[in-house]
Order: sequence, then structure tokens, then C-alpha cells
Amino acid sequence: MKRPEAIAIGCSLGGFNALKLVLGALDPRLPQALLVCCHTAGKVDAVCESLARHSALPVIEAQERGLASGNTVHVAPGGYHLLLEHDRHFALSVDERVCFSRPSIDVLFGSAADAYHAALIGVVLTGANHDGANGLAQIRFRGGIAVVQTPTSAEAATMPQAALDTSGADYCLPLEQIAPLLNHLCLT
Amino acid sequence: MSAPLPDTELEQLELDLFVQALKRRHGHDFSEYAPASLTRRVRQLVRDHRCNSISALTAQLLHEPDFVTQVVQGLSVPVSEMFRDPAVFRALREQVLPVLASYPQINIWQAGCAHGQEAYSLAILLEEEGLYERSHIFATDFNPDALQRAREGIYPAKDAQLWSRNYLEAGGSQSLASHYVARYDFIRLHDRLRRNITFAHHNLVADKVFCEAHLVLCRNVLIYFSNPLQNRTLKMFRDSLVRGGHLCLGLRETLDFAPVAVDFSAVDASLRLYRRSSQPASECHDEAS
Repeated sequence: MKRPEAIAIGCSLGGFNALKLVLGALDPRLPQALLVCCHTAGKVDAVCESLARHSALPVIEAQERGLASGNTVHVAPGGYHLLLEHDRHFALSVDERVCFSRPSIDVLFGSAADAYHAALIGVVLTGANHDGANGLAQIRFRGGIAVVQTPTSAEAATMPQAALDTSGADYCLPLEQIAPLLNHLCLT
Repeated sequence: MSAPLPDTELEQLELDLFVQALKRRHGHDFSEYAPASLTRRVRQLVRDHRCNSISALTAQLLHEPDFVTQVVQGLSVPVSEMFRDPAVFRALREQVLPVLASYPQINIWQAGCAHGQEAYSLAILLEEEGLYERSHIFATDFNPDALQRAREGIYPAKDAQLWSRNYLEAGGSQSLASHYVARYDFIRLHDRLRRNITFAHHNLVADKVFCEAHLVLCRNVLIYFSNPLQNRTLKMFRDSLVRGGHLCLGLRETLDFAPVAVDFSAVDASLRLYRRSSQPASECHDEAS
């Protein structure tokens, strides 16, 4: 198995609490870049700030043209799609909403799958729409690993359920087991 | 999106050939666009036109003369709103217009005007500040269809609610509704707002400076450009601006990778509002381009 270079995480309704729990339990030594798309209304800098208080890794807003650096959590800015270029730099777009969302998880996952191929883990957490399902399928198609929160353990089951229905998953776990799995996949 | 993706290397080759065809057959150069978004849009075109591959799209582009219009349509982004990011328009009203007021004739270049929402927003600002009589807005885009829509200035009424809120947050002194008439499900902006706007075709990739501007507004257009093309376009803006002229970019755009940034100083970095410096610093290091 190819060692992952990045972990892409998507969530929507209930996502903030879920992210706090996952990021809080990640190993601070993780060398991977973490790419987060959360459908949040309003300013992402406040979200980053409060997530950073729960995370051992630095949490910052993804910068246009910036490097998707490792050992860092990059959060998609509000109102823009976040994409990855093949050279691991970020790009933004104001293309139409996908699943009523901008940023869209499908857009982030799709471009990250093109950039990282098999060296990518995609994670779909709680949420109330279908965003992320097609993106997760693209990650799997490129050989990456798909992780989905068990819908019954999610604050909103629709999003993880749609991901399971559309793409299936390599791992389907309750929320509290996701960070230990990521630590295991990324450090061993 | 659920159809399986083609092999990456093959797709890359097909994409290169598509871009070549578009450039050599129709003169539209997308070769320096940032690849991730371009790839996404081309895939979308493949789906929209029920082609089996990018190559099939290329064949259609080469052999059907009218098809290019739809392709250009699919590759451009006409998404915008009036007074988008109200804080920016408030800063334009409170910080930039008082400076512009010192010029006898005010030229504004709004590059990438899409359906015209921002051009009309500017016209409203100028009108309300009593400067519109001596102002001219050059609103340009490379997409002829978008320009036509911009000239009409007709928008879905459902958008007006958000735009009205934006307008008030941007420091609007009246109500947005005083600038348009509503009919059925549409609003149409008043003709008096059009009187000093020229909607014109201009391609940032291929065309040159065409006016001396006191303010250049180009928001969320350069995000689609590669670093070299972004820098080249910013140079064109610098050359179009008078000394001390203002430049306004999108709220999440960065100048960190553009060498020409040394020729601009920040008025409000968080709002991406800059001024052209009086002394061009980059000139001595500049290559001829």
C-alpha cells in the first residue's frame, strides 16, 4: 500500500463537533497534509481558531496558491471551492455550487484524487446532503482509501449514507474510531 | 460524475490537445489557466454535451464552427452578485471614491465583468456619491454572451433580496430598489446607470492595455490563472493605472507569488485593496514582456 500523503475530510451539518473530536485525537506527528471542507456559514478564520484549540496540529485557512503543507490542517475558505493542483498547491474557484454548496466536498475530493492518486485518504463525516459521495468515489477510483463515519453514529446520517451508497468504503467506523484509524494508516 | 474517470495520463494528453485545438482553430488561449479548475470544467463540458471523451469534444470543436461559442460559455464563470463582499464596496465608497473625486475625469476598468453585477454596483456607488457624471466604467469580458447579458442588466428577482442586503451593508444611502424596476420575476436596472458604462470585449490573456484607469477592479478572475499569467495580468493592470491608482482584487486572492506585487502598496490588505506605487520598483528587474 502506498503511504498516504494527504487526508481529505468532508462534513456538513454537525461537522464542527465531529471535526473537534477527530482532529483532537490525531497524532501530532502526522506528516500528511489535512484538507478540510466543512459547509460552514460565515467566517472560516473563527472556525479555524476554535478548531485549533482542540487540535494538536496547526489549523489554518487554505491559502490561494499556497502549498498544501504537511503536518497542518488546511480549511477551505467560505464561498469558494478549494482545489488541489498536481504540484500540491491550492487553487480556488467561484464556479457554481455543487450540491448547493461552495466549498463543495466533491470538488475538493475530486481534484485531490487527481493530484495524490492512491496516496490519499478521503473521510466523509456527518452531514445533511449528498456532497462528498461522488468525490469519495473518485478517490477510490484513483486507488485512495475511503473512510466513512457509520451513519447511525452521525449527527446527520444523510451524507455518510450517500457516500456508502455511491462509492462504498474501505472503512466504516463510529466517529471516535476514525482518528485512531488515521493515525494507524499514516504512521505505520 | 459517477461515470468512471479515464486514465490520468491519457486524459492529460486529451486535455492538451483540446487546449491546442481551441487556441489554433479559434484563437482562445487557455494554456496558462490553472489546470485543476480547467480540467473540471472540460469534464463538465464532456458530460453536458454527452461526449464519450475529451477527444470527442475536440473533434466537435474542430468540425462544427458554431460549437466554440458553447465551449467558451462553459469555460467562463459568469457567477457574481451585486455588492458581493459588502465591506469591499464600503471601502470603495469611503476610502477610494474621495480620492477619485480629485480627478476631473474618472476612468474605471472592471475586468471580467461577467453579467455586469459589479459594474452596475460601481455605477450606483458613483451616482450616490455625485461622481457618476464625470466617470466612465469600462466593463470587459472575453465571453460575448456574458457581455450581452451585462448590457441588458436584467436579473432574477429572487437575487434582489440578497443584493439589497449587500447594498445596505456596503453603506447604501437609499434602497437598492430605487435603482431598478421589478417586473414579473425579474428586475431591470435603470437606464441612467448604463449611460457611462461601456461593455466591451477584452481578453486578459491576449489583449493589451486600452485605457488609463484610476481604479481597476478584477475580482475572482485571476484565481483561474497560473502564476505566470496572474503576474502578467497584474502588470497590465499596473500599466493601465495612473500613479497612485487603485487596484481591487477578490477577497481570497494572493499576490504572494507575483513579482509585480512590489509595484503595489496595500490600502487595506484584508480587503485586497491596493494602490499603484509612484515609483515602479520592478522595472529594473523586469524582462521585456
